[in-house]
Amino acid sequence: MAIEVIKIILRFLLLIAVQVAVLNHIELTGLINPYLYVMALLALPFKMPKGAVMIVALITGFAVGVFTNNAGLHASACVMLAFVRPGVFKLLSPREGYESDTSPSVKHMGLRWYLIYAALLIFVHHATLFYLEVFSFNAFFTTLIRTFLSTCFTLFLIIIVQYLFSKTKTER
Amino acid sequence: MRNLIQLLWKYNFLLLFILLQVFCFYRIIDEQKFHKAAVLNSSNAMVANAMQKVNEVKDYLWLRENNAYLAAENARLKAYDSTLFFDLSTHKSGTVDSAYAIQYQFIVAKVVNNTIHNRNNFITVNKGFANGIEPDMGVISASGAVGVVKDVSEHFSTIQSLLHSKTRASVKLKSGFYGPLTWDGSHPQRATLSEIPANVKVNVGDTVVTTAFSTIFPEGVMVGRVLSVKPGSGGDFLKITVALSTNFSNLSHVYIVTNKFKIEQKTLEAKTDSIDKNGN
Repeated sequence: MAIEVIKIILRFLLLIAVQVAVLNHIELTGLINPYLYVMALLALPFKMPKGAVMIVALITGFAVGVFTNNAGLHASACVMLAFVRPGVFKLLSPREGYESDTSPSVKHMGLRWYLIYAALLIFVHHATLFYLEVFSFNAFFTTLIRTFLSTCFTLFLIIIVQYLFSKTKTER
Repeated sequence: MRNLIQLLWKYNFLLLFILLQVFCFYRIIDEQKFHKAAVLNSSNAMVANAMQKVNEVKDYLWLRENNAYLAAENARLKAYDSTLFFDLSTHKSGTVDSAYAIQYQFIVAKVVNNTIHNRNNFITVNKGFANGIEPDMGVISASGAVGVVKDVSEHFSTIQSLLHSKTRASVKLKSGFYGPLTWDGSHPQRATLSEIPANVKVNVGDTVVTTAFSTIFPEGVMVGRVLSVKPGSGGDFLKITVALSTNFSNLSHVYIVTNKFKIEQKTLEAKTDSIDKNGN
C-alpha cells in the first residue's frame, strides 16, 4: 500500500517535471500543445475517493500552471477532469465491474477501453483549458481544432509512455 | 436543518466541484490583472530558480543564433562610434555640452523562463527590484521590442510579452502614422497593427518601430516589418499584419529600459488630464 502511494507521488512529480522542463518548450505550429501531465490523473486507482481525486487534480494543475503564469487555468481544467472522471467510469463500466485494486491502464483494461477513457477525459481537460484561456467563443472553431489536435497528440504520447514503461507486458 | 445537512451531504461531490472551480476562477481573474502582489507566479524565487536550471540547458541549443544577433547589434552600434566620424566643424571650444541629458538607460537581464504558445505569454528574467526594475518598464532585445515588465520580486521579474492578448504597444510606420499593435494569438511571429487610416500608402516591407508616447519604449525601437496590408472591417482603417523582428522562441538576453523622464512626463499628462476633466 505504502509503496503504491510512493509510486503514485513519484509519477506525479516526474510527469510535472517533464511537462515543465521539456514539453512546455516544444512548439508545433502553435495549434498543438501536448499536456502529458494529465496522465498522472488518469492513472489514479479506481477505488480512490472522487473528492480526493479532485483535490489532487487541483494541486497538480496549480503546480504545472505556476510555471507559465496560468495556475488558475490549469487547476480549473484538472478539476473539471476529476469531476467527469466518475461519470466516464460509469459509462465505460465492463460487465463484471472494475477490480477495485487496479488502476486504469492499457495493461489492466485493454487498449480499446483505455483509448476511449483517455480520449474523453483529455478532451474535457483540453477544451476547458483552451476555451478558458481565450475566454470567449469568438474563435470557436480555431479553439476547437486546437483542442482536437492537442488531444490527439497528448493521447499519442500517453499511449507511447504506457508501452515504454509497462514492464509486465508478458503477463497478459 | 437536518434535511439541509442531508441534502448537502448528498451533493457533496458537486459542491466540492463548485467550490474548487470558484477558487480557480478567482485565481484566473486575478492572473489577468496587472500589478498584483507577486505571491505565486513565475517571478516567485523558487519557481524562477527551477526554471533557470532548465534554461541553462536550453541556452546551449540557441548559442549560435544568439551570437549572430549580438554580433549584428554590435556592428550596428559600432557605426555610431564618434571616432569613426571625420570632424568637419571648425569652431572649437572647451565647454562641455550640457544640451543633452540621458533619458534612457538599459539594464541587461537574462531570460530564465519563456512561453510562446499560450494565448497570454510571459517571460521571466533574472533581475528584480534589487536591480532597480519597476513594473511598466519597457523590455527590448538585440533584435527588437519584447514587452512590458509586469510583476517584480527581489531578484526576478515577469514580463508581459508582445505575445499577450492584453498587450497594446504604441507603434508607428516610417511615414509617421501610428496605431496600436496587438496579438491575436495565432502565430508567435505575427502581430496586427490597426487604426492606420485607409488612405495611407503602406508598402510591404516597411519598418514598424515604437513610439515614445506611452513612456515605455524609447522612440524608434524596431518592432518588425509590414507583411501584408488589407482593408479592415468598416473600410476606414487598414488591417496591417506585421512580421515581428524579435524571435521569441530563442530569447536569451534582454534590455530593460529605464526612462529617466517618465515621472515628469506622466505627472504633467495627469495634470492636463485632470484639468480637462474639470471642464476648464
